[in-house]
Amino acid sequence: MANVDNGSASDELGLSGAAADDPAAAPASVAGAVGQIEQIKLPPAPRGKIFEWAVYGATGVFLAIIVGLFIELLANSWLSISTFGLSFLWTSQWNPVTSQFGALPFIYGTIVSSAIAILLASIAGVMAGAFLAEFSPPQISEPLSFVIELLAAVPSVVYGLWGLFVLGPVMRDYVEPLLQRYFGFLPIFAGTIYGVGMLTAGVILAIMIVPTVTAISRDVMRAVPNSQREAIWALGANRWQGFTMVVLPIARPGVFAACILALGRALGETIATTMVIGNRPAIAASLFAPSYTISSVIANEFTEATTQVYLSALIELGLLLFIISVIVNGLARLLLWTIFRPMES
Amino acid sequence: MSPCSWISKTAGLAGIVLALGASVALAATQLTGAGSTFDYPFFSKAFYEYSQQHADVTVNYQSIGSGGGIQQFIAKTVDFGASDVPMNAEELKLAKAPVLQVPVTLGAAAIGYNIPGIGKGLRMTRQLIAEIYLGNVKKWNAPEIAKLNPKLKLPDMDITVVHRSDGSGTTYIFTDFLSHVSAQWKEKVGTGKSVQWPAGIGGKGNEGVAGQVRQTPGAIGYIELAYVLENQMSYARVENKAGKFEYPTIETVAAAAASKPEVSSTDFSIVDAAGENSYPISGYSWVMLYQHPSDPARGKLVRETMEWLVTKGQAVAKSVDYVPLPENVQQRAIKLVSAMKT
Repeated sequence: MANVDNGSASDELGLSGAAADDPAAAPASVAGAVGQIEQIKLPPAPRGKIFEWAVYGATGVFLAIIVGLFIELLANSWLSISTFGLSFLWTSQWNPVTSQFGALPFIYGTIVSSAIAILLASIAGVMAGAFLAEFSPPQISEPLSFVIELLAAVPSVVYGLWGLFVLGPVMRDYVEPLLQRYFGFLPIFAGTIYGVGMLTAGVILAIMIVPTVTAISRDVMRAVPNSQREAIWALGANRWQGFTMVVLPIARPGVFAACILALGRALGETIATTMVIGNRPAIAASLFAPSYTISSVIANEFTEATTQVYLSALIELGLLLFIISVIVNGLARLLLWTIFRPMES
Repeated sequence: MSPCSWISKTAGLAGIVLALGASVALAATQLTGAGSTFDYPFFSKAFYEYSQQHADVTVNYQSIGSGGGIQQFIAKTVDFGASDVPMNAEELKLAKAPVLQVPVTLGAAAIGYNIPGIGKGLRMTRQLIAEIYLGNVKKWNAPEIAKLNPKLKLPDMDITVVHRSDGSGTTYIFTDFLSHVSAQWKEKVGTGKSVQWPAGIGGKGNEGVAGQVRQTPGAIGYIELAYVLENQMSYARVENKAGKFEYPTIETVAAAAASKPEVSSTDFSIVDAAGENSYPISGYSWVMLYQHPSDPARGKLVRETMEWLVTKGQAVAKSVDYVPLPENVQQRAIKLVSAMKT
């Protein structure tokens, strides 16, 4: 019979809820109790176990790769670590001829260029994300989101070429002289103008990471419950006030996490940076001066590094970058996780 | 499955495998080489032509850089390595077997520049180039440059020095030259594929340096000869040891090479060469071969390929703006290659 009295069936099913932990037993009791329902065929226990192992195994492989990568980096940089010790971190020399190596100019270059990038990208990205989430109708926000995310799809080397042939001359002929004319008394805007240098690299990195900041900010702002917005509107606030007084404070931790995630990307960016940063391992006060990042020097010098100490020093730089990136990305992921989990409930 | 269909299926599979195996055995042997990016345009054309003439051999060359080429050669993952600087004692020890280092072509560093209003042919002395790269001469209208070029109107413009950011054989040749002509350079910086440059910005690859020079008014850079010729850039006439101002051309570079017939992997520098027509910033590029290859049949194919490269292959060099080996050096190269025991 197809028709089963719901009341009696649910009693039976309620009883067999206790037997739900034992899948093999349930079909018998359900079939036995109701009679008309066909026996449910569950997969036999061993196949389920294999699936479990496969899933854990796949995760384990990736974990092993990360750990293995770290161990390889550490092992290969051991020669450099034992030769230079901790002073590697604050020495400014990079002399392949006399085998004197120090990481300070690269750490400085990486941090400052990424700082400029995150400063510019966070302002532009958060504003764009706010526009897309709050102030634009869907007909505009959908295509605009798509276009901004297209920026993330452009390959790094194309950015580098564009930076070298378009952005560099623009910076050299218009932007940097302007900055020098009005703010030249500040040491960061003094000095010779080349077109390529720290500032140009920061600008290119900012353009590359803006899609990340925009997309995540937009999602975080959209995730703010409408009840909050309606509450403040009901109190007489307009859209702008609603945004700054309610949405932004709630979304702020998520926006912050978006910026840290984008920072993680900027730290590792290689080809675009090396084509516009000037590749000079020196620390200068001026933002117009050429500089050097960790990823750039590895990309430039790795294939031709012939002595063991030279190679080892480059790998130690790679290890430093790996550690910095893991910390930055880990922080961002943790923050995002704590933001989004309570919002799901 | 019935036994009959199982047998026929297995037989069919075995037949396919055998056929594939046979076709693989009949196909060309692929030799592998890796190293210098400078050699790549020359090698890619030369090896292609060689494969056209010898159907049983193809050569796969990976231009990963001279240092990478040496590492792969030591690790025996390639049949031959190519480098702009021969292997030094430390590297030869790591190779654990006798290595033959054969000169295969010549390169030169042209001094390109971008000065508004000035075309090709700016005259520069060897010491002047060193002073510019040391950062001692900072402007284009400095007296040192003006007195060499009285007919040119040099602008009051900063000199932007451009060098290579990546390790390169061209840098080695250039810094070797600077060390020869300037005691201050030799003491302060030295010679190497990567050095600590006293001044200037770095571009990645010949393309990077050329791009920077083209983009930046007032820039000067050293660029591989073939590149400068292909891109019609403005480049300087450099004074050689005999006092004549020479352009880098196939003839002037060959003249520099001819001035040192007894070139070898331990004595390979031909910068600042003597001779009326020599271009002072020139150097060889080398191929590394094992004298006793582990696979004799393969080694024989490598030997034949290299013998072709240093004889008939030199005609290909000229067609891509590379400088062929002079006669006396070619004889040495042939002798070195035939020392391979296969």
